[in-house]
Amino acid sequence: MSSFTSKFADELIANAAYIGTPGKGILAADESTGTIGKRLSSINVENNETNRRNLRELLFTTPGSLPCLSGVILFEETLYQKSSNGTPFVEILKEGGVLPGIKVDKGTVELAGTNGETTTQGLDGLGERCKKYYEAGARFAKWRAVLKIDENEPSELAIHENAYGLARYAVICQENGLVPIVEPEILVDGSHDIHKCAAVTERVLAACYKALSDHHVLLEGTLLKPNMVTPGSESAKVAPEVIAEHTVRALQRTVPAAVPAIVFLSGGQSEEEATRNLNAMNQLKTKKPWSLSFSFGRALQQSTLKTWGGKEENVKKAQEAFLVRCKANSEATLGVYKGDAQLGDGAAESLHVKDYKY
Amino acid sequence: MSCFKSKFADELIANAAYIGSPGKGILAADESTGTIGKRFASINVENVESNRRALRELLFTTPGALQFISGIILFEETLYQKTASGKLFVDVMKEAKVLPGIKVDKGTVELAGTNGETTTIGLDGLGERCKKYYEAGARFAKWRAVLKIGANEPSELAIHENAYGLARYAVICQENGLVPIVEPEILVDGSHDIEKCAYVTERVLAACYKALNDHHVILEGTLLKPNMVTPGSDCKSKAKPEVIAEHTVRALQRTVPAAVPAVVFLSGGQSEEQATVNLNAINQLKGKKPWSLTFSYGRALQQSTLKAWGGKEENVEKAQKAFLARAKANSEASVGGYKGDANLGEGASESLHVKDYKY
Repeated sequence: MSSFTSKFADELIANAAYIGTPGKGILAADESTGTIGKRLSSINVENNETNRRNLRELLFTTPGSLPCLSGVILFEETLYQKSSNGTPFVEILKEGGVLPGIKVDKGTVELAGTNGETTTQGLDGLGERCKKYYEAGARFAKWRAVLKIDENEPSELAIHENAYGLARYAVICQENGLVPIVEPEILVDGSHDIHKCAAVTERVLAACYKALSDHHVLLEGTLLKPNMVTPGSESAKVAPEVIAEHTVRALQRTVPAAVPAIVFLSGGQSEEEATRNLNAMNQLKTKKPWSLSFSFGRALQQSTLKTWGGKEENVKKAQEAFLVRCKANSEATLGVYKGDAQLGDGAAESLHVKDYKY
Repeated sequence: MSCFKSKFADELIANAAYIGSPGKGILAADESTGTIGKRFASINVENVESNRRALRELLFTTPGALQFISGIILFEETLYQKTASGKLFVDVMKEAKVLPGIKVDKGTVELAGTNGETTTIGLDGLGERCKKYYEAGARFAKWRAVLKIGANEPSELAIHENAYGLARYAVICQENGLVPIVEPEILVDGSHDIEKCAYVTERVLAACYKALNDHHVILEGTLLKPNMVTPGSDCKSKAKPEVIAEHTVRALQRTVPAAVPAVVFLSGGQSEEQATVNLNAINQLKGKKPWSLTFSYGRALQQSTLKAWGGKEENVEKAQKAFLARAKANSEASVGGYKGDANLGEGASESLHVKDYKY
């Protein structure tokens, strides 16, 4: 096998497969302190540790939500936090059958000589950090690489650097028992059409899987977190079925069957859009040798955040909003979403932020 | 899409899918004049055009055989030959719903500075030749790249050159209406174990699909013709069909995108029976297999037929029965339904391994 033999191989394979369980998906709750600050300020809530803890507790203790989730991605701070009654969050998740995950990258920096393209940093000492996170209960990791579409972008340099950074991160994770989520996000920003997005997505994913092969990564113990294939944010919208067709075709052309699950990012899509698009993909009749699920951040939390507004008395209502989105996306992974989720305040609101950094 | 827009796109996709029809596979009858000469020598038959024609007629007109065959790869000479009664071979095939294919590479040459590694030639004027072949009735093509396993082989250079040669060939074919069979054969020669073969196969296939993507090839309009994953010919431990199946399918799961409609295995030096039994085990394996898994056999379909024929008119019927038996057996194997009861013709269990095989 071109993969190395990790002593964690069986566990990695089992955990990656579990995350792709039909009816389940990932809650991306790994907003960095800076990013969560922006969310909190949009609902007039102060960005302090207590409030950050309260928000996550609200999400993780929502009755009925954990069965819809197979994993939750956490920011480092959250990995060590506890609920108000003193139970570590990782325990709450584990008891709920949810694998804790951890964001391990250290953000992006610009690539000199390019037109604002970036690479992701975080490889230094990554092995040690992964070991620590595993001891704290984490079982998967996430690293976000970012590319953009423009006249001369993404460049060959940007694709190569990001693909090989992802591959190096992935194998270091596997050496330390964490299933790596490979996330090569191609930003939705731009006026390009869906065909351009498809062409770029296929090129980027092909580069990623070549890099993963070169780095001896065990594909059965990884997950892919790609963008869906859509028109650019400044282009006319298309129907979910069209997004589904282009997205699944791009994956068929690039993602080996050994990968157990693909967990889409929501990008700037509204809660409802993200759910409908995921649903359309799971309804498509064609070869799909990986499960197709969600790893949503904004698209799972938007209406919940608005409903909460930082107030204790709103917790129950906010939890209801969260449960609605969890269930809707759980159904979407099975292709049975009927579009009848109670649209919470903001569920149809676009969550697109130009040149999104988090 | 990252693939180019061929005016032949729909046809390529349909033909590639057809070749992978359950219960069918490819007869590789594209032995060059030199190579068929070696086969003939082994049965004491003179290597002249009429004998070459007679052999292919024997195969293509075997009653009941073509239903198990979705495509036949031909050498250029054969593309223009006719049956004794004057009917073009390509017409015989078309009537039986068999797609004619054409070998388009011009053999291998050594890569300077390597330890006997090679690259395949044939790109010059390939577009023109493909156009001609399409007009003559061909609908798919084949190009054989060759790699070997050694202490330091395959080298990164050999892998890169062969992968990118295959990709360039593939897109030129698609520009001209021919479905390219992508064949990166890793020779079975050597004393390495099955794990080593798996490692190399995965590395080579990953490089091939990166190259195909770089060259904008429409994967839905291609076929893959790989080696199975087996121990080397000199390896002390042999592997059971189930073990070969497991390693082979895993290697494909790790490298071959689902967009590829079919994987058509080469038989390498395997005997007729081994090649069938292994294909059968591959199709019985439970696991993700988003491409059909069938055969593209040359020696492993013709060995006992050749022996039974011996170049003699009076043996044609006997030889055709032998061919039918293998064609049927492999058809069953392509759906995991082979019971191991094919009448073993003379030579069916004989290893067909020739060290450092060139053809």
